[in-house]
Amino acid sequence: MKPGTVSTALKSGAIWGFIILELIFFSVAGEFLSLSDKAFMDWDNMLLLLKQSAPIGIIAMGMTIVMVNGNIDLSVGATFAIAAIVLLDSMTWPIFAGLGDWVIPVAWLLALVVGTLLGALNGLIVWKTGVDAFIVTLGAMLGYRGIVFMFNGEQPTSHLNWTLVDFAEAEFLGLATASWFLLAATFVIWFVMAKTVHGRNAYAIGDNREAAVNAGIRVGPHMMINFAIIGFLAALSAVVFYSESGSVNPNDGQLYELWVITAVVLGGTKITGGAGNVIGTFGGVIAIQLLRKGLGHIGADTSTVNLVIGLILVAVLVLDRQLNMKGKEELKV
Amino acid sequence: MADITRQQIGSLLAKQGILIAFVAFLIGFTIANPKFLTPDNVLSVIRSSAILGVMALGVTFVVISGNLDLSVGSMMSFSTIVVLDLHDKIGPALAIPAMFAMTLALGALIGFLVGYLKLNSLIVTLGMLSAIHGLTLTYSGGKNMDIADKEGTWFSVFGQGTALGLPIPILMFVAVAALLGLILSRTSFGRKVYAVGGNGTAATFSGIPRARTVFMCYLISATCVATAGLIQASRSLGSQNTVGQGLELEVLAAVILGGASLLGGSGTIFKTVIGVLILGFIQNGLLLIGLQFYVQFIVTWVIIILAVWLDIAAKRGKLMSPIA
Repeated sequence: MKPGTVSTALKSGAIWGFIILELIFFSVAGEFLSLSDKAFMDWDNMLLLLKQSAPIGIIAMGMTIVMVNGNIDLSVGATFAIAAIVLLDSMTWPIFAGLGDWVIPVAWLLALVVGTLLGALNGLIVWKTGVDAFIVTLGAMLGYRGIVFMFNGEQPTSHLNWTLVDFAEAEFLGLATASWFLLAATFVIWFVMAKTVHGRNAYAIGDNREAAVNAGIRVGPHMMINFAIIGFLAALSAVVFYSESGSVNPNDGQLYELWVITAVVLGGTKITGGAGNVIGTFGGVIAIQLLRKGLGHIGADTSTVNLVIGLILVAVLVLDRQLNMKGKEELKV
Repeated sequence: MADITRQQIGSLLAKQGILIAFVAFLIGFTIANPKFLTPDNVLSVIRSSAILGVMALGVTFVVISGNLDLSVGSMMSFSTIVVLDLHDKIGPALAIPAMFAMTLALGALIGFLVGYLKLNSLIVTLGMLSAIHGLTLTYSGGKNMDIADKEGTWFSVFGQGTALGLPIPILMFVAVAALLGLILSRTSFGRKVYAVGGNGTAATFSGIPRARTVFMCYLISATCVATAGLIQASRSLGSQNTVGQGLELEVLAAVILGGASLLGGSGTIFKTVIGVLILGFIQNGLLLIGLQFYVQFIVTWVIIILAVWLDIAAKRGKLMSPIA
């Protein structure tokens, strides 16, 4: 056995081990603490969990490729809100009045295009100005949110289209529409990152940008495409979610970036880039949703969820450091 | 000749660009609305910027040392809630030091994790953002916190009082800025902060205690947060659990606007003060010329990116990035 095998295996499997621990803990604790008679590991409950993971999960897939690329996107929550407004508002525009239910694909397309363009704009700025992605998307987070508020002030934007609601609430092979979109997004981004040149370039650039440039990779357009992808996925997350709910508040999507980044980091993606994969991210998304649901199941309130998730994030970091330090010489300070 | 002029303009922009932009803003808004530069308006802008400003002063230390602090917003909610709660339980004279001690303990925890364990500050403080928010909600039980006797307490002096004809929040902001400015520019600790942020490895080899310096920066940040929480609590004498939510990013925006590099090693207290004032005056100026409140977010977006872009463009001597 080569040195480091244990730590690698531990790290790649850690998120799934953690999920199993969560399941056991909440099942056992639920027997004593839960107010409901239903078991935590109820099949319907698990299916609901997958559906509820979708909004964060779909965005997290895009965040994985952006972070592997060595960048970060803090503006996804605001992009999410803008796409939701475009979706719901465009269905009431007079020019689409004659379309009947055909307005739905048009509205979806509009929202997705807007999300993609907002993401691409971030990417273009990062590429052309050389300003750090953290700063660019921090600014965009404020700017895009400003656009959201300018649209309708503090008022919610609402429009219910029952055909659309039926579609969003439909189930196919036992899985809800949102769950299918989450699985599809996971599969597509997995394919892109593991099987295509674009994906391999993402790892190369995140690992060592200088070397990637010297190897002839066009770093700028590459990063812009990844920002467009995360913009698209933020919009996709919004259209899937708001097709069902039909009403968006201007504050919706706030702090999504933090939840998404937490899921991605729990899933093993390095914040400095070059390492990570969407399967791990999927695990991170599920782990967080399990924690929220599980703590609710045993009667804890949202405050405990925040507390526990924050502490787990820090604990993962400490653990990761301990595992990585084995066999490495440390600079004595 | 033309080249030299362009270089000179470039270096002038790089060094004083933010100050020039600030003055240009003031002139522009004053022309648009003469009320803008009246003493009353200026005082009210600085006063409402004071809470954000005090926090930004502490975060400046953290950023110069090469780290980030995303937890200041929820930490500020925490100290506000704690001091309001303890005010009625043990009286203001004891509540204030108790709140400072509790906030400093949180700062020490973050400082330990980032400084001594060398964990990534972005993720640690992201986790602490969530954890401290949970802690605050647990502490308050999710309820708003109010002081029972709002008229009869001297506690309101920090947020509402005046001295020497100036509001106390402004005086506190100025005092903290002066103190931290002296520490950063005139003491050996200040030089260590720059050294650690500029090149951590080199600093270590020069015998600078890197871990302890980073730890101290987070303690300073926590002290500033506690001060901001004190002003906030005293101003409103009641508070929601989410009073500081989202402030961490506005604070960071102010620090970056002031020209501190996220890579560490650069930035000054004076520039951060300018960054804070720019944010405050833009917000106020846009309202005075009749624009919606939300326009400031969009303007801030453009200004942050332009400020950082011009800064690095001047340093590399080219406007566009060399990325292929």
